[in-house]
Amino acid sequence: MNKEIIFNMNTAFRGEYTIIGYRFGHGEQAACIIGAMRGNEFQQLYMCSQLIAKLEQLEAKGAIVANKEILIIPALNYNSMNVGKKFWVSDSTDINRSFPGNPEGPATSRIADAVLKRVKDYSYGIQFASFYLGGEFIPHIRLTEEGAKNTSLANLFGMPYVLTASERAFDSTTLNYNWQKNGTSAFSVYTGATERIDEERARQGVSAVLRFLTRMGIIRYNCHGGYISTVLEEDELLSIRSDMPGFFRKKVSTNTEVVRGQLLAEIVDSFRGDVISRLVAPTDGVIFYQQIQPMVFQNSVAFKMIKRIHE
Amino acid sequence: MIDTVVSVEMLVEEVMQIKKNRLAPDECTGNEKRLCIASGSHGDELGGQYICYQVIRRIKQDFQSLTGIVDVYPAMNPLGLDAQMRDFPLMDIDMNTVFPGDKDGAILEHAASKIIKDMAGADVCLDVHSSNSLIREIPQVRINDDVSESIMPYAKLLNTELVWIHPSTSVRAGSLAYALNAIGVKTMVIEAGVALRIDYDYCEQIVDGIFSLMKHMGIWQGEVTEVRRPTIATDGDVWFVNAESSGLFVPNIKHSMKVKKGEKIGTIVDVITGSVEERIYAPCDGLVFTFREYPAVEEGALIARIYGGDLT
Repeated sequence: MNKEIIFNMNTAFRGEYTIIGYRFGHGEQAACIIGAMRGNEFQQLYMCSQLIAKLEQLEAKGAIVANKEILIIPALNYNSMNVGKKFWVSDSTDINRSFPGNPEGPATSRIADAVLKRVKDYSYGIQFASFYLGGEFIPHIRLTEEGAKNTSLANLFGMPYVLTASERAFDSTTLNYNWQKNGTSAFSVYTGATERIDEERARQGVSAVLRFLTRMGIIRYNCHGGYISTVLEEDELLSIRSDMPGFFRKKVSTNTEVVRGQLLAEIVDSFRGDVISRLVAPTDGVIFYQQIQPMVFQNSVAFKMIKRIHE
Repeated sequence: MIDTVVSVEMLVEEVMQIKKNRLAPDECTGNEKRLCIASGSHGDELGGQYICYQVIRRIKQDFQSLTGIVDVYPAMNPLGLDAQMRDFPLMDIDMNTVFPGDKDGAILEHAASKIIKDMAGADVCLDVHSSNSLIREIPQVRINDDVSESIMPYAKLLNTELVWIHPSTSVRAGSLAYALNAIGVKTMVIEAGVALRIDYDYCEQIVDGIFSLMKHMGIWQGEVTEVRRPTIATDGDVWFVNAESSGLFVPNIKHSMKVKKGEKIGTIVDVITGSVEERIYAPCDGLVFTFREYPAVEEGALIARIYGGDLT
C-alpha cells in the first residue's frame, strides 16, 4: 500500500488540509473508490476504512493482479466531519456539486478539480454515496442516466438491486456524472445508512466491491457470488406519503414483502397521542425505502415500494 | 389579495406556508400582463424582503395606476428566513437547486413544484437575491446565455449598474430562473448587496427599476424615474480575483470602486506569525462589482470580480 497526497491547502486557522489516497498494486489504473464527500457520511468513511484494511491484507498475500492498480480516497471533506457540519466548513458548499471543478476557483472547486484529474483515467469508478432523503434503503447500486448502459457491469457487484435514475438538475456537477463523461464506468454504492454505522450493511457494501474487483480481474479473492441483481428504474418506485404530520410508528421494515392493504405505519398526533392516520400498501410489493425520523411532515415521502414483486 | 401557494403541516402544530400577494386592478379583463417578483429562496438574504415591501407599498399608494397583475412572493423559504439559514433547514439543501421540483417528491421538491405551477403563465419573473454573507455585489441582473437575447430588453430596465450574461448558479439548471425560462416565463435574477444585511439605497434603486419594467410591460401607468443604462458584461469582460493564501484579508480599496491594473486591492495576513502572506493587485483596469465582505479567507476564496470592459 502506498499513501499519496491528492490535494493540499492551507487553511486560515486550522493548519494544512490534506486529502489522502491509498494505492494498491501498480500499473494500469483499474479501479478507484471514493468515500465520504460530506461531513455526515460516516458509514461511507467506515466502509472505505474496512476496504483499505482488507486490500492491505490481500496485497500482502499477493492477491492484487499484476499490472492492476486500485486507488481509495476515503474522505474528501473530513474537516466538516470534525466540526459537525455536512458541507464545506468555510462556505457551506458541497464538493459533490462542484465537479468538474476549477483549479483557480474556491476551495471545493479546487478539490473537485484535483480529485477528478487524479481519478479520471481509472476504468471503474465507485463512490460510496449518500442520498439527500434521510432514511433507510435496501442496499443497491445506482446508475445515472448516462451510466445506464452499464447495468450488466453493475450486476457484477451482486447487490440485490440495480437502480437506474433519471437525470436531475444538478447531475452535471456530481463526481459520478463527470467520471462517466471522461470514459470511466461509474457506480454509486448505497448501503442505506449515512450518519450512523450499520455494520451488516457496511460489510455487504465492502463485499460487493471486492466481488466486483474479483470479477473484473483486478484482485484474486474467493467470495460468495451475491445476488443476481434486479434492475429497476427509479421512476417505477411507488411513493407512499404521509397525509398528516405526527409521530411515525412504523409497522414494517425495508426489504419486507407486503400485500395490498397491509398497514405500513401509523401517524400519531403529536400532543394527544391518538392515531390520526394509517399508511397502507396501495399494492403488493417490497418496501425499498422508509423514512427513519421519529416524526413526519404532512405530505412527506414515508415509503417507496417496488410494485408487484416478491422477496 | 394574499393567497397561500404552498401549505404543509409541520411535525408539531405549525404549518409551513408560502404566500403571495396578488396586486391586480379591481376589474380585470383576463388579458392583463403579469409580473412575478420572487425572493427569499435563500433564508439569509433580506434585501428582497425590503424590495417586496416597497413595491407593494408604492402600488397601494397609487393603486389606480396599476393596469396589470403583480404577484409578490417575498418568502419562498420561510423556514430558512426564520432560522437565518441560507438552505432549507430540514434538508440542508439550497432551494434554488431543486426547481422545477416534483409534486410527489420530498417537502422541498413538492414546494418548488407548487411555486412553478403558480408562476406558470406569467409574462416576466424577477428572482431577487442578495449575494451571500461572504461577498458584496453591486446591483446587477444575471441571465443565462441561452436566453439573453429575449430577456435583455427587460433586464436593461431594472436600473442596475450591470447586466451580466453568465451561467452562475442562480440562473443555471435547478434554479427558479432556469425552470421558468424553460416554460416560457421570461425570468432574470437580480443580485445586490450582501446577505444578512439590507442595503437600502440599492433596494430603492432596484424598486425604481421594477416600476420602469412595469411601465414597459404596460401594467403601470404612474410616474417612473429615468433608469441608468447598464453595462452589459459577458464572461470575457470579467476578471475573477481569488485568494492564493489563507488568513485575514485586509482591503486597500472599497466595493464599487474603479481600479487601475496593478493597483493594490488588499493583503492577506497570517495572524499567528504577523506576516503578509499575499499582496493582491488588480489584473486589469475596471469596476470592482463584487468584493470580499467577510475577512477570513482560505486558498481559492473569491476576493473580487472586476468588470474590465468598456465603461463609457
